[in-house]
Amino acid sequence: MTAPADEPPADVPVVIDIQGVSKWYGAFQVLNDCALSVRRGEVLVICGPSGSGKSTLLKTVNGLEAFQQGAVTVDGVRLDDPKVDLTRLRSRVGMVFQHFELFPHLTVMQNLTLAQVKVLGRSQAEAQARGLIYLERVGLIDHRDKRPAQLSGGQQQRVAIARALCMDPVVMLFDEPTSSLDPEMVAEVLDVMAGLAADGMTMICVTHEMGFARRVADRVVFMDEGRILDDAPAKAFFAEGGVRSPRADAFLNRLLRY
Amino acid sequence: MNPSVITDNLIYFLVGPWPQGPLGGAALTVILTVLSAALSGVLGLVFGVLLSVLRGPWLAVLRLGLGLFRAIPVLMLIFWIYFLAPIAFGLDVPGVGSVVAALSLIGGAYLAHTVHAGIEALPRGQWAAASALGLSRRQTLWLVVAPQVLPRMAPSVVNQWIALTKDTSLAYVIGVAELSFVATQVSNRVMVYPAEIYLFVAVLYFILCAGFELAAGRLARRYRSLPA
Ligand SMILES: Nc1ncnc2c1ncn2[C@@H]1O[C@H](COP(=O)(O)OP(=O)(O)OP(=O)(O)O)[C@@H](O)[C@H]1O
Ligand SMILES: [Mg+2]
Repeated sequence: MTAPADEPPADVPVVIDIQGVSKWYGAFQVLNDCALSVRRGEVLVICGPSGSGKSTLLKTVNGLEAFQQGAVTVDGVRLDDPKVDLTRLRSRVGMVFQHFELFPHLTVMQNLTLAQVKVLGRSQAEAQARGLIYLERVGLIDHRDKRPAQLSGGQQQRVAIARALCMDPVVMLFDEPTSSLDPEMVAEVLDVMAGLAADGMTMICVTHEMGFARRVADRVVFMDEGRILDDAPAKAFFAEGGVRSPRADAFLNRLLRY
Repeated sequence: MNPSVITDNLIYFLVGPWPQGPLGGAALTVILTVLSAALSGVLGLVFGVLLSVLRGPWLAVLRLGLGLFRAIPVLMLIFWIYFLAPIAFGLDVPGVGSVVAALSLIGGAYLAHTVHAGIEALPRGQWAAASALGLSRRQTLWLVVAPQVLPRMAPSVVNQWIALTKDTSLAYVIGVAELSFVATQVSNRVMVYPAEIYLFVAVLYFILCAGFELAAGRLARRYRSLPA
């Protein structure tokens, strides 16, 4: 690591703690001794070339990807603790996917209430009330009875964000949430994300939207070939001649060329 | 053409010797079909889901079993169940039971692969999204996967049920008095007009299959519009 992050005040609790995580697919090592910790309210952006392991690292946080070495702790609970109810824990970690992954056979409102009712055991009325709050917040209250297919990509992704928020997550994970969107829809999704960040949501965002990273992120993490090469405050990372590894430098130059 | 051979025996074609004797003819064909369709549907669903969730040796065993049932000719399986089950297991299976069992097993083995293919065709991201929300695998299967996959499978399921309707005619080999058996009986008895008889029987089969297709289509539509 070229630059250790400025530690935020020590009294802010760590929400996500990743220590020495390694993962192999057969002989191929996807994650190589990754360590990362995120404090409450922090916004992290992870970037890096395709295939560098960003998605895989993100998915270790909610137990969607198993790993062979290391430890992941979410809100004080270790994922490999045999007593941990993984499905329960997952419900507290919100995840937003590149391709939205709304449930196409359900209406927007049903998408928001399904897991609230089936996983958290809320009543329909309670779940709908909460659904309305978050639909309002992402600006889609008029679309609650539509099917996902009737919405634009940007609208679908905002519904997906609302769906995750309904579960009262301790952290939100975003895996390239805007990279399958038409350019004119990117901003509406990033706006929602920036709003969440401003409200103090803890967020880990895999994204190549460097404008967003510069404006919203507290820290930037750069990955290459399964390793975390940079973990730096956003200001320092983006500064002219800033603190970053040569590979991150090359990556950033390629990204910002046009 | 002599239509009287049909009208004279119409009741016999439709219900066999019933009510003096056991139910037969077209009515028995319908019963065989509906029973086999329902059972093969249940087997297909269960085995199809298992094909998607099992791993390792259990999956290999299931694959082998399903492969066997798909490789065995229907006729052979009917014979085996009817003649061998009593010898092998001391289990006396009645003719109707043998036919339903054979058709359900083979139909179920085919359907299992249709169900499995349907489940696999669903983007992996749907599973990931459901998991990320904390839904269990079973909840995901019933609340997210099945409602998307089952309606899409409807056409191929209907095709299989239609094939099933026609396969029930093989029941005649063990003396089950369904439509084909009854038709052969009548034809043998009157000795003339086989063309009329078998043409009429063909029309009956067509009506049965068409009815099945309509019913299945209606069912699929209703399922699709079902609120979750
Ligand atoms: N199931 C798998 N089996 C084998 N290799 C895999 C599997 N899943 C991912 N990989 C490999 O692991 C590496 C990391 O994948 P990952 O999806 O985490 O990368 P990424 O940084 O998110 O890339 P992208 O920007 O393209 O999304 C890639 O080289 C990929 O080919
Ligand atoms: Mg990725």
